[in-house]
Amino acid sequence: MNKLTIGLMAIILWSACKFNAGDKKTLPIYGNRHPITKTVDGKTITDTIYQTISKFKTVNQYGDSINNKSLDGDIYIADFFFTTCPSICPVMHRNMLNVYNVFKGKGDIKIISYSIDPKHDSVPVLKKYADKLGISGNTWWFLQGKKDEIYKLSESYLVQKPQEDAKQQFIHDGSFLLVDKQKRVRGAYDGTDTKQVDQLIADIKTLQNEPDQSIAQ
Amino acid sequence: MKLKAIGSISVLILILFVLSCQSEENLEFERYYSNGAVVYQAHCQNCHGANGEGLSALIPPLTDSVFLKNNKNALACYVKFGLKGQISIKGKTFDDAMPANDLSPMEVAQVLTFAGNSFGNKLNTIDIQQVEAGLGKCK
Ligand code: HEC
Repeated sequence: MNKLTIGLMAIILWSACKFNAGDKKTLPIYGNRHPITKTVDGKTITDTIYQTISKFKTVNQYGDSINNKSLDGDIYIADFFFTTCPSICPVMHRNMLNVYNVFKGKGDIKIISYSIDPKHDSVPVLKKYADKLGISGNTWWFLQGKKDEIYKLSESYLVQKPQEDAKQQFIHDGSFLLVDKQKRVRGAYDGTDTKQVDQLIADIKTLQNEPDQSIAQ
Repeated sequence: MKLKAIGSISVLILILFVLSCQSEENLEFERYYSNGAVVYQAHCQNCHGANGEGLSALIPPLTDSVFLKNNKNALACYVKFGLKGQISIKGKTFDDAMPANDLSPMEVAQVLTFAGNSFGNKLNTIDIQQVEAGLGKCK
């Protein structure tokens, strides 16, 4: 009786281990989701609609128009910053530089930094900032949009909405958001923490190896 | 014989005196330095980096020992009231602005002792008297 239980336990444990080993790491999908039923080839099937990043319209440091479509087919990392930020932005972008250096020039990875102070951060200001940071090419874009639109947009990235405090300085959290090719948020990292940024780099590689899912929205 | 004994005792006392003096000085340095490390983490590290490495061409590193030495008396002013305009650090030009830091003269002395003796710098203790004198002459 006792021997049987132990034997059974051993088998269960073994099969659990085996099951886990076969399971490759996948990243969670963040945000709301809801099921829909649709008819394909006369059959009714259930699909899941995931929350995706809202549409946006901006210009980058080169003065090119950049919108959500510009990122079609790319995995990208987004953050919110402003060039005159005295607190956490320097450390965020010191860490983001590590991400940039790993993935620059690789076709399907992009980094986008939305300015939350578009009044000051004009195209030439963003260009100068990018130059000083040592950024060239089209891997990392610094984006100027309409302020209220950017603030609204931050909600679809699930970050704390930027706010202005009494000193007219902006407070924002230092999140880096990882977005997949279907424009779903797959990871959120503290951009001021080098360990979490290392995790981000590892997760981007995991995401690159994920088979493409067809339904791009 | 007696004289010799007195002589060696006074030499001993003298040595002890010098030693204790030195360790007093070391103690003071240690106090400034270790408190300065905490101030640095809270007020400087985001910009200048954990190893004083700065950030590309945006923020200068704190590793230019010659610059720090030549401007030793003005450092308190830079840190307390901010710094603006073109400067040359390690042969590279920087032209941005460091905001004022809301620090007491004691904290300024501590953080300067820390930064001035880390990242390859060797400025020794920058004490509160030096900082107060320096702050009196800010432009
Ligand atoms: C918001 C970012 C920021 C913070 C915070 C900051 N600095 Fe700076 N610091 C700068 C910039 C930018 C310059 C260059 C200013 C210029 O170009 O004129 C600078 C210049 C300096 C310099 C002179 C140039 C050099 O590299 O030696 C010293 C010394 C210095 N900072 C020390 C400190 C210390 C100590 C603290 C913390 C109490 C501190 N800084 C906090 C951004 C910052």
